[in-house]
Amino acid sequence: MNTLRDIAIVGVGYSGFSPHTRGLSFKELMFEAARRAYDDAGVDPRKDVGSFISCTEDLWEGNSIADEYMPDQVGAALRPMCTVTADGIQGLAMAFMQIETGLVDTVSVEAHSKLSDVLNRDDVLRFAFDPVFARGASRSPYFLAGLEMNRYLYESRNEREACAAVVVKNRGNALLNPRASYGERMSASKVLRSKTIAHPLKKQEVSQPTDGCVVLVLSSKASRRPRAPVWIEGIGWSSGTPWIQDADFAQAHYTRLSVEMACRMAGVDEPKVDLYELDDTFSYKELQHMEAVGLCARGEAGKMIQQGRTARDADLPVNPSGGSLGVGHLVEATGLHKVLEACLQLRGEAGRMQVNGAKKALAQSWRGLPTSSGAAVILGVR
Amino acid sequence: MGAGMTLFRRRLLETGKELSFEAARQALESANLSAKDVRSVVMGTAPEAFDGVHMKGEYLLDGAGGANKPYTRVYVGGGTGVFVPIAAWWHVASGLFDTCLAVSEEKMSPVHPHPQYAFNGIFDYALERPLGVNLVWIFALEMRRYMHKYGITEEEIAQVAVKNKANALDHPCAQLGARITVDDVMKSEPMVWPVKRLDISPPSDGAAAVVLASEEAAKKITKDPVWIDGVGWSIDSTYWTDRELAYPQYLESAAKMAYRMAGIRNARKEVDVVEAYDPFDYKELHHLEGLQLARKGEAARLTTQGVTQRNGEMPVNPSGGLLGVGNPIAAAGTMKVCEIFWQLRGEAGRRQVKRDARTGVAQAWGDLMQFSSVLVARSG
Repeated sequence: MNTLRDIAIVGVGYSGFSPHTRGLSFKELMFEAARRAYDDAGVDPRKDVGSFISCTEDLWEGNSIADEYMPDQVGAALRPMCTVTADGIQGLAMAFMQIETGLVDTVSVEAHSKLSDVLNRDDVLRFAFDPVFARGASRSPYFLAGLEMNRYLYESRNEREACAAVVVKNRGNALLNPRASYGERMSASKVLRSKTIAHPLKKQEVSQPTDGCVVLVLSSKASRRPRAPVWIEGIGWSSGTPWIQDADFAQAHYTRLSVEMACRMAGVDEPKVDLYELDDTFSYKELQHMEAVGLCARGEAGKMIQQGRTARDADLPVNPSGGSLGVGHLVEATGLHKVLEACLQLRGEAGRMQVNGAKKALAQSWRGLPTSSGAAVILGVR
Repeated sequence: MGAGMTLFRRRLLETGKELSFEAARQALESANLSAKDVRSVVMGTAPEAFDGVHMKGEYLLDGAGGANKPYTRVYVGGGTGVFVPIAAWWHVASGLFDTCLAVSEEKMSPVHPHPQYAFNGIFDYALERPLGVNLVWIFALEMRRYMHKYGITEEEIAQVAVKNKANALDHPCAQLGARITVDDVMKSEPMVWPVKRLDISPPSDGAAAVVLASEEAAKKITKDPVWIDGVGWSIDSTYWTDRELAYPQYLESAAKMAYRMAGIRNARKEVDVVEAYDPFDYKELHHLEGLQLARKGEAARLTTQGVTQRNGEMPVNPSGGLLGVGNPIAAAGTMKVCEIFWQLRGEAGRRQVKRDARTGVAQAWGDLMQFSSVLVARSG
C-alpha cells in the first residue's frame, strides 16, 4: 500500500436519538445533525466541503431512488453528492478514499434512521432475503438470528448466559448516555425470561429501533480545525456470501477481514485499542464480533464478559455507550453512531461515560439480517 | 483494462446475479484477468423496486464477484452507470487497491404490469405521488420547456432517435436498432405530449462491467490502457419544481469538475467522441449543452448539420445509446463507459468513429432531473 495522507474526523453532529421524533421529518433531523457537525468542524458546507455522502437504502426511506431527497438539508445542492447503500462506516471509507485521491480535502458523511415512520420493519427485513430460496422460510426474519445464535453458541462453546450478560452490561451502560433510549438496570434472569423471538433468541436480546441522524466531517486539513482531530488510523470493509445456506454462523468472517484490512492500513498486527464499539444488533453478535476483531480467542468472549472485563471501567471496555441494545438500532446509521461515540470518548467529551485515558478506539458495524457485510475503523488521537 | 456487457433485452431469463456475473466475466476475460486478481468491487443498480429485494446490492454481490472482498454499492439514480466506474476510480486512485471491478446491473422486467410503475415511488409522497405521476410525465414538462425556451421543434429532436437507433444496428447487444425516419417518430403513439413512443428508450434487462487498475498494475496487464483522466458529479436541489428545466446546471458543475481534472479548457475542441445520456431523444441535446459541447439551444443544429453522426466531426452516441442499445438503468450508463473504452482502443468494429479518437466523454443523468456524472477518458 502506498503512503496515505493523514485524514481525521474534524467534526461530529447528531440529532434525534429517540424512538419517536414526531414533528420532525428525516430532512429536519439531517439538517440539525449537519449544522452541528459543520459548526463543530468550523466549516461552511457551501464552500469548504468538497463532497457529500449519504448512507441510505430505498425501502427504509419509503422512496424509490431515495438519494433524490438528500442534498438540500446537508448543504449539497449543486455540489458533488452521492449515496452509498451500506452501513455508515462503509460510507466513511468512501469518503476516506475520495480524500486520498487528492480530488477533495473535506467530505461530509451522513446516515440516519427514521424507523418510527416504518410501520412494517420486519416485512422490510424479510424483503432482503432471497425471494426464491429464503424469503418463504418464515414470516419472521429473526429465524435466521435464532439459527445463527444456536450454531454460534454450539461451535464456540460460549455459555447461553453470556449473551444475557451482554444485554445487562449494555443497557446498564446506556443509563449514563444522554443519547440512549433503552437504559435499564436489569438482571440476566429478566433477559432470559423474556419472550422467545426465535429460539434461543429472547426479546430483550434484540436491539430496538430508534430515530436519529449522525453527520461526520472528514478532512485532510485537520490542523486548522477548532476541535482535536480524531485520526483515521485504518479502515476496512468486507462482504461474505449472500447465501444464508452457505454462511458460517460460528464466526464473523466479514469482521475479521475488515479488521485485518484496517490493521494493514494502520501498520499494526492487531488493533490494540482502549475501547471497542462493536455491533450488538443481537446479544450474541457482540460476543461473535469480540472474537472476530481479535479481542479474545474463539470461545473466550463469554468468559470475558462474565468476568466483567468488558465493563466500562475494566481493562477492555466494549460498548461503553450502551451499544445498539442500550441506545437503539439506527439501521444504516448504526456504524456512524459507533464512530460518534468513539470520537466523543477520544476527545474526552463522553461525560459520565468517559473511559479514562482513551487514546485509541475501534468501531465496527454489521449490516444486519440477512447480510454478511461489515466494516471496521481504528481511530486515534495524538 | 477491460469491458464487457450482456445483451440488452426487454426480458432476459437470467437472474440479476447471473447477468452481473456474465458482464463481470467478460470484462475480466477481455483484460486476461480472473476473479482472484480483483481486489475490490463496486456495484451499481438502481431502485430496489425493480428486483423487489431490499438491500439488493447485498443480494447481487456474489454475481458481481464481491464475496469475501471489500464490496460497495453506490447509488445515484439513473446517473449510477457512469458513477460506478467513478467510485471504482477512487478505490484505485486512493492507493488502497491495485484493481477494482465495476459492475452495473438492472433487471426491470419483473415489474408488472410495466416497469414504469416502479417509478411512481420516486416522487414526494405528500406533494407529488397523489397526482399519479410517472417519469414520462415530468420529462414531457422538461422537454416542452426546453423546446419553448430555445425554439426547438419536435422534428429536430426526433433526428436524435433516428441517428441513435441507426447506430445501434451495428451493436451486437442492441435491443432496438432500427432504420427509422423523422416521420416515423412524429407519427408514433403520443405518450405524454410532446413525448412520443419513439422518443423514449425501452425498459430493459442487462448488465455491463469495466475493470480498473492502478498505473503500476496496468503496465503488467496491457500495452493499451485507457486512462480515466477526469471525473465529476453534481446533484441539484430535490425541489425540481423550483428550477429552470431548460438547462441542466448540475451537469455544467459536474462537467467542469471533470474537465478541470482532465485539463480540458475547450471541451468542444478537445473531446473526440461522446456518449451522452439519451433515455429520451431531447436529453441528448440537453446534455450536450450541459457538457459544454454545444452552446445553449444549439445542440439541435449540430444534429441537423450531421456533426454528431458517427462519421461526423464530434460523434455522439456511436453505440446507439439508450434509445438504440436499450436502457437497463444502471447498466446503460456503464455501457456508455464500455463504448468509450472500445472506441479509444479502436475495438468498436463497425461502430468505430471515423476520426482518430483520443479523448472520450461518458455521461449519465438521474434522480428528479437533478444529478449528473461525467467521466473523461483518454487513450494511452
